[in-house]
Amino acid sequence: MRMDTRQKIVNRAVKEIQNGMNVNLGIGIPTLVANAIPSHYEVLLQSENGLLGIGPYPVTEAVDADLINAGKETVTAVAGASFFDSAESFAMIRGGHIDLAILGGMEVSETGDLANWMIPGKMIKGMGGAMDLVAGAKRVVVVMEHVNKNGEPKIKKQCELPLTGKGVVHRLITELAVFDFTEQGMQLIELAEGVTLAEVQEKTAAAFTVIDGI
Amino acid sequence: MGNVKVWDSFEKAVADIPNGATLAVGGFGLCGIPEKLIAALVQKGTNELTVVSNNCGVDDWGLGLLLANKQIKKMISSYVGENKTFEQQFLNGELEVELTPQGTLAERLRAGGAGIPGFYTPTGVGTPVADGKEIKNFEGKDYILERGIVADFALVKAWKADKLGNLVYRKTSRNFNPLAAMAGQITIVEVEEIVEVGELDPDHIHTPGVFVQRVLLGENYAKRIERLTVARGEA
Repeated sequence: MRMDTRQKIVNRAVKEIQNGMNVNLGIGIPTLVANAIPSHYEVLLQSENGLLGIGPYPVTEAVDADLINAGKETVTAVAGASFFDSAESFAMIRGGHIDLAILGGMEVSETGDLANWMIPGKMIKGMGGAMDLVAGAKRVVVVMEHVNKNGEPKIKKQCELPLTGKGVVHRLITELAVFDFTEQGMQLIELAEGVTLAEVQEKTAAAFTVIDGI
Repeated sequence: MGNVKVWDSFEKAVADIPNGATLAVGGFGLCGIPEKLIAALVQKGTNELTVVSNNCGVDDWGLGLLLANKQIKKMISSYVGENKTFEQQFLNGELEVELTPQGTLAERLRAGGAGIPGFYTPTGVGTPVADGKEIKNFEGKDYILERGIVADFALVKAWKADKLGNLVYRKTSRNFNPLAAMAGQITIVEVEEIVEVGELDPDHIHTPGVFVQRVLLGENYAKRIERLTVARGEA
């Protein structure tokens, strides 16, 4: 059931990637999006530890401890890839040279705030590169399950968790729906197959408008 | 050459690092960490250290070894989630932590090494990271003031060096190493190969030797892998 939910999110999220883009995929569901990119696309995936052009996982003989992704997994580099230091990596990110960042989320608010790095009272792990990514990428897409394990909404009027960024999310994709954050506020732009508007309204604790045709 | 920086002993190379020093340490996770220099510091027992490094190793490797030995007073990092000793010492109040976004951390080291005491960044605006920091508006957008970091010593891992300390890194093990090298007042580098002056193509040097004070040859690198992942059907 859970994998099914994730796959639905992945299948929708991959449509955000256009041929020729430079894309940063976060850890978790976003990483799975890489496998769904059409093979004829020329997309360079950025890894914030210093690689533009992430390739597939290596065969055993090709495993190289000096070649990892931001999730600390061993990877390969595609033809045309480049390596660079962390300051240059975040110059790319913060400077608006990365077309798209897809990140996971814990909470998203109706004004496009994102919380995805810390839960007070639990051990603080750190924000890694998430705050830089949401502050700098040209387009920020958040992918997450619509409700938490207890069935409670993760899309809220205001985030309760400490923020990763304020008003930074452009688009939110869940297994039920897709929302855009515009100057007019949060807007439902798509319903997943077989999902009703009533179900999305029930599971969303934020105010949103609905585009014509839904 | 009167400028040769090659040292033959890791023990001697870290001997003048005093208790309470601030260290900038290269590496991302366990990739590109100066494992021999860390081992020498563990051996020496230098304590009360402030360590600026993206991560803090794992329980039994990398900077985690200094933690386990209670040699670290404060960490400035972006992500410390892989380490139980860390969690324990933090919750006990034995360890101070300053969490800094990864790009801000990289830039703080670069800036410190480049003679820039502070810079404005959009990263962290409206989040807990902005607490207590100056905010300045440029062209209608808010930015926060972050400070450059200058470290007493930098511990760096490179792939190759020449005897003047010109450095070349390999693949993603470059990460924070060139920035730590810039930020250190005394930068100590361990490498897998030392070549004669003139053997490195000047076009291929990542860190010019001017940033480097000491170079050591390390042997038998463990290069531990944090998450071994292989192609499907291989696992």
